[in-house]
Amino acid sequence: MINALLWLPLAVGFVGFFLPKRLVGWWATAGAVATLAIGVIMAFGFDNGVAGLQDTVNTTWISGLGVNYSLGIDGLNLFLVLLTAVLWVGGIAFAAFRTQDRPHLFFFLMLAAETATLGSFLSQDLLLFVLFFDLMLVPFYFLFGAWGVDRSSEGGPTAPAATMKMMIYTLIGSLLMLVGAIAVAIVSARGGHLTFSIQAIQEQGVPLGSQRWIFWFFAAAFLVKMPAFLVHGWMPDAYRAAPLPVLVVFSGVLAKVGAYGFLRVVLPLMPQATAQFQTIVLLVALASILYGSVMAFTQTNVRLIAGYSSVAQLGFITAGIFALRADGSDGAILQMVNHGLVVAPLFIIVAILVERTGTEDLRSMGGMAMRAPVLAVLFLVVALATLAMPGSANFIGEFYILNGLFESKIVFACVAISGVAMSAYYSLRLYQRTMHNRKPDGVASREISLRDGVILAPLVLCIVGLALYPQLILHRADPSVQQSVAAVTGGDEPKFAAKVSDEGNYKRVEVEEAPELQVIR
Amino acid sequence: MAGEGFNAPHVDYAGIAPVIALTVGLIVILMSGVFSGTRRWAPGLAVVTLGAAAGLLIWKWNENLSLVSGALRVDNLAIAISLIAIAAAFFAILLSVRERAADEAGHGEYYALLVGSVLGMVLLSEAQNLVTFFVAIETLSIPLYILCATNLRREGSLESGLKYLIVGSLGSATLLYGMAFIYGGTGSTDFAGIAHGIEANGMLHDPLILIGIALMAVGLAFKTSIAPFHQWTPDVYQGAPTPITSFMAVATKAAAFAVFLRFFVVALGPETSDWQTGLAILAAISIVVGNVGAITQDSLKRLLGYSGVAQAGYMLGGIVVASEKGVSSLVFYLAAYLFMNLAAFAVIVARERETPWGDDIRGVRGLGAERPALAWPLTISMLALAGLPATAGFIGKLYLIEALVEGDFTWLAVFIAVGTMISLAYYLRVVAAMWMSPGTAPAGGGAVAGGGGPAGASGSGGAPGTPGSTPVISGAAPEADPVDPDAGRRWYLVAPAILAAGITVFLGVIPQPLVDWASHAGASLF
Repeated sequence: MINALLWLPLAVGFVGFFLPKRLVGWWATAGAVATLAIGVIMAFGFDNGVAGLQDTVNTTWISGLGVNYSLGIDGLNLFLVLLTAVLWVGGIAFAAFRTQDRPHLFFFLMLAAETATLGSFLSQDLLLFVLFFDLMLVPFYFLFGAWGVDRSSEGGPTAPAATMKMMIYTLIGSLLMLVGAIAVAIVSARGGHLTFSIQAIQEQGVPLGSQRWIFWFFAAAFLVKMPAFLVHGWMPDAYRAAPLPVLVVFSGVLAKVGAYGFLRVVLPLMPQATAQFQTIVLLVALASILYGSVMAFTQTNVRLIAGYSSVAQLGFITAGIFALRADGSDGAILQMVNHGLVVAPLFIIVAILVERTGTEDLRSMGGMAMRAPVLAVLFLVVALATLAMPGSANFIGEFYILNGLFESKIVFACVAISGVAMSAYYSLRLYQRTMHNRKPDGVASREISLRDGVILAPLVLCIVGLALYPQLILHRADPSVQQSVAAVTGGDEPKFAAKVSDEGNYKRVEVEEAPELQVIR
Repeated sequence: MAGEGFNAPHVDYAGIAPVIALTVGLIVILMSGVFSGTRRWAPGLAVVTLGAAAGLLIWKWNENLSLVSGALRVDNLAIAISLIAIAAAFFAILLSVRERAADEAGHGEYYALLVGSVLGMVLLSEAQNLVTFFVAIETLSIPLYILCATNLRREGSLESGLKYLIVGSLGSATLLYGMAFIYGGTGSTDFAGIAHGIEANGMLHDPLILIGIALMAVGLAFKTSIAPFHQWTPDVYQGAPTPITSFMAVATKAAAFAVFLRFFVVALGPETSDWQTGLAILAAISIVVGNVGAITQDSLKRLLGYSGVAQAGYMLGGIVVASEKGVSSLVFYLAAYLFMNLAAFAVIVARERETPWGDDIRGVRGLGAERPALAWPLTISMLALAGLPATAGFIGKLYLIEALVEGDFTWLAVFIAVGTMISLAYYLRVVAAMWMSPGTAPAGGGAVAGGGGPAGASGSGGAPGTPGSTPVISGAAPEADPVDPDAGRRWYLVAPAILAAGITVFLGVIPQPLVDWASHAGASLF
């Protein structure tokens, strides 16, 4: 089952080469839907109460090097896998409705990217994770470079140049992570049998001295991927170059792989280093929130507004993880899914708006809501979810994150709250300037076409559904999250654990005081 | 020559059968060139010779024989390296079909020299003492000096041959000088004897030995093109006929690394702590110099030359750690390097013949749309050389880094990671040219306008080129007329490219067989 989930997209992509041009898009869409179906079936079979891995596959891949082909699902990755499958359906279907240059290659690369992304979520072997993590970049490199937008007329880089920048930025981190992954396995094996199994390495433990530098090798990879402040340099150019259907999945999912990596790898394998560097990473996260928000409300390119808002949101997620409280990480997982579900429709809407107005400049847009009430409603839902309106799942996610952050670092939490306020500003600004205001001359407001509506409406429904029932994720994620975080906090229950009761009300469950987290500085 | 007055060594003829096969084949090929009727058989004869040698080598797998009074040793390491060299020669023969250099140099000589060079490599990988070592390294080098210059009508080819001859001789001389010191210090030419002599004569850390080690390292660095002794590499690679470049890039490196490995790990085993850091620094320099040097290259052969310098730096890491895993990772990397490189060279040969741009990067512009059967192999090759996953290059790097970290050379592993990052800048430039830029119209089409002739710097539209069917003969690239406008469809170019690229991907997904093979080879040294 888990093998089918992982390899189906790639297989569909290969078969696509043998189909006629006009069918290949639909074939790819069907493949993505089938993948989603497998994902949903697996989610139904998921046992809520268990922290460990389910649906595991584990066979030796390269015995001499200690690498296993090991996959599994737990609370950390279940919904990220589903998110991936959902967004890929959206992205591929959106592309299939439009004529693509060289469609065979385009859809093959899209599907290959899905396999690679699913692989990095499912891997339970550290090296397999690194492999898929690096592999993800290759299809996107081609998609951005060959189907991307040339910005040289606006003084920006050409698509290949922008893509090259992205590759170099992200691979610096990834390659260091490869060294780090090998080092962590060798150090923890202590001359014994070499294994890359994340679980085994965690049980063997990694000496503190090694943890310190290996931590940064991993952090580099994950922070660049998000991207976090200071290492976000590739983002503006890449986002402007990317073809929009690709950007839907790229911004929706890829950034989350970085955040997920912290939960899956860094916290369990390098607990002491994590505790030690908590403050530094939190500072980076806060800087990302502030910088991303400020940039998002000063930019005029609609893609960049969405791009920088992602920087801010990922800052939030990182902060949640590095609160080192189960609450924060629960919130982070929920927020990863939320943000994916929000940013993907946002880019689809951006694509629709760009098609209508022929520009990406916010200043020359406006009045699009006039004849398009349905589009306006869908956009409004997305915009309100982005600003974490109470009632949306994003609100709950941010609430959890801030709650976790308050417990551990109250000062950081106070600053992070300003990010919530700012997100209201930039998402409303984006909505107002595009949908309301005066309509520029020569631009017609048109209702969303049925084919785009078919893609957009289910995504928006997901947002609404999750807003009504966030426990869907929280319940399943919590046991695994507890386990990940417990690795750092030494198994102590967090001071407060906010639990969501089955009725959906928040109930603060007081737990006895846990000893303060030992921060070695 | 056996049995006169002295005690001739016992010779196990079965063990040296591969060497005999290559020698006999060499003579037969040379003779076939004498008669006009048999001349066209030369490539076929060369393939048969290589096949026979390969078969005889595989027959001796796992036997680990010591031959001719310990002058040669046919162990798994030697067989593995010899097979890599033979495979490279086989590919080179395929790429040489209809190659102008092969025709001009007379079929017989060209292929005989190629086989002669392989003979040197097989001997070198089996060498067990300084004399065999030196004789073998000359046997492999001298045919290559000539082969580089076989494109008689091209100044570049002759220059390449001469340059290689001078630099190669310098390298050999340095090597010989170093051997003298080592012999002086230990009183033995035998590798095992040297190791014994260093300890027995109390020569550990003795300046005499250290000077010898340094000189030999320099000599071998010349042969394996390790910076800062790499200056000849890009020039020679660019000037030599491309099939020969492809052969040189892989096979010479493999054979030279084999003896590098044997000599340093076996003969200089007691001195490991003395040379380890030195070689690690050489490796680091090589990684930086090679990768930075390649960034600005427009000629694909030069680019691969510099990339070869960087790759040699990665591979040297396998020697630095002086462990079984290090040796195995080096063998694995060499085998992976064979396929990654050959895929690229096959495409370059095809483009050289069908476009007026020679090996310039412009020759591959728009290849993705024009000739997918060539674009895919070159893409895979570039991604593999850059070490991206799902290719043999990734597993090779993984293997090397694992060996380095285990051997406490994590800093060198970080160098490899950083070097790989730099290398993306030029590997991806080639990929971008293929898939992300429109094709440059061929000069024969007449619609070229001022698109720039074969001469000039990178970037289109700048050079005041001469449009039309006659390419510029302005000294920059006089060879640039398309020889065969259909070269991109010839099976003998497309098949090797696809085969090599296919194996590269296969080994990236199912590396286990090659890992086993390499670890057998590595284990046979200890």
